Amino acid sequence: MDFTKLTIREINKSLKEKNVSASELTDFFINQIKDKDEDIKAFLSNDFASAKKQAKAVDEKIKSGVDISILAGVPSAIKDNILIDGVKATASSKMLENYIATYDATVIEKLKNQNSVFLGKTNMDEFAMGSSTESSAFFKTKNPNDLNRVPGGSSGGSAAAVASSEVVFALGSDTGGSIRQPASFCGVVGLKPTYGAVSRYGLIAMASSLDQIGPLTKTVDDARVVFEAIRGKDKRDATSVIYPEKLQERGLKGMKIGIPKEYFIDGMDKDVEKLIKSEIKKMEDAGAKIEEITLPNTKSALSVYYIIMPAEVSSNMARYDGMKFGFSTHNNDTEDLLSVYLNSRAKGLGVEVKRRIMLGTYVLSAGYYDAYYKRAQQVRTKITNDFKKAFEEVDIIVTPTAPTTAFLFGEKTDDPLAMYLEDIFTVPINLAGLPAISIPCGKVKNMPVGMQFIAPWFYEERLFRSGEDYEKLK
Amino acid sequence: MIDKEKIKHIASLARLKVDDSEVEKFSKDLSAILDYVAELNEVDISDISPTLSATSSQNVFRDDNVDEENKDVAKRLVQSAPDSENGYIKVKSILK
Repeated sequence: MDFTKLTIREINKSLKEKNVSASELTDFFINQIKDKDEDIKAFLSNDFASAKKQAKAVDEKIKSGVDISILAGVPSAIKDNILIDGVKATASSKMLENYIATYDATVIEKLKNQNSVFLGKTNMDEFAMGSSTESSAFFKTKNPNDLNRVPGGSSGGSAAAVASSEVVFALGSDTGGSIRQPASFCGVVGLKPTYGAVSRYGLIAMASSLDQIGPLTKTVDDARVVFEAIRGKDKRDATSVIYPEKLQERGLKGMKIGIPKEYFIDGMDKDVEKLIKSEIKKMEDAGAKIEEITLPNTKSALSVYYIIMPAEVSSNMARYDGMKFGFSTHNNDTEDLLSVYLNSRAKGLGVEVKRRIMLGTYVLSAGYYDAYYKRAQQVRTKITNDFKKAFEEVDIIVTPTAPTTAFLFGEKTDDPLAMYLEDIFTVPINLAGLPAISIPCGKVKNMPVGMQFIAPWFYEERLFRSGEDYEKLK
Repeated sequence: MIDKEKIKHIASLARLKVDDSEVEKFSKDLSAILDYVAELNEVDISDISPTLSATSSQNVFRDDNVDEENKDVAKRLVQSAPDSENGYIKVKSILK
């Protein structure tokens, strides 16, 4: 039987009605990985033995008549910057090549409580810094739609694993687009939740005021199911918040959709632009009201991001000092304390990570702080205010997720600025802390294109309702 | 333009050892990125307060207690260090 078309709710129903066992389901997806991952290379590591054990436990529950949770027995993949107790967490860096997590991330604890089955850890850009998964210290992940192209990044392994039906869903993390852009490139759904909705405890930190964990799935409803499972305030993450009571949402009909004119720019792929515009027209025909809006500070967002993000990166990466964990030259007797710092970091970290540490250290250094960091934080406020104002007029904002479809390997690796421009439509959302979802909306030259829906803070349900309605129009 | 001396200084602040080719590369890359972000100088920021936190929450407190339940975690954390002795992480001598 082919299980690749089943949604999470359908899997749950089949398990409960005993049409399929969790073990059968897990074996099926293990075989998918065995068949496909030699080409795709989405996974850094797999633990099939313990996945089978987790599946068996679910089957025993079902057999004994105990009610099972919605994600019980559902095979998943976890980005390698999220900690699972006793499992390697490398964040695709030489620095953590042999690091074994000593505790569960809160999201993992929540998935374990639901008896989700973990099939493995997925490849990513080193420490989530990149937009193509090419900066992984280990290998490149291929786009399942065209093996000559990148899957996007930094959650490229998670997106490729879902797109190639190696798992039902995956977790990724999104600091400036790292869930939505690979979702767009691979043709799957990717949700970046409201900042604070999901605990970051056990997520290897990149830029703490921007990072959020979220799901990559086949359908909008699957994203809802996973989001509902992982969200919630956590005393171990002081920036997590009590999620407000969910409001009823109406969906697309009668909904006011804002189209920001600043998101249709020169340099954007003309075919992508054309496709997005025709999909917006479909939503209008289905009863949505389309309004052109303006987010005047959009043009500053990438600059703000490339000051604030590296500043936070340089501070977060200070923990990799060769003393406490990770790669170290400590056991080399000829080295003194300072050279252990210098050499452990020089040898353990890759070039993009170093570039961002350097940039962040520079903008925070004496004499430059006000000119760069403080100014960027002020412009960040303006970007947030743009969205606040827009949401007084419209219910939701729709934009392209990325300016292009998936590019070729090596196309942008020599030009950091060209790579950074891939994030131009996604970073403003992280700066404002808003929720946004990328939904597949068609193809250009056989490569998938994603459309980004942005809602006000904590209105994830509005993304899901309108996204589901949009899925039906296709 | 960020010159090579400046790059070496930043690298030493960041505790990163960089070789000559990296100094050259970072000098070029950082200059290009900083030229790009210089556009922020055009933005009017008068009377705009900086975003200091991603949420509106203020100080969040918790009790400072030893976690008796998960004592094993402390042991395993210390074991992750390259060198340890009697439950302490061992580092190179700090005072000569």
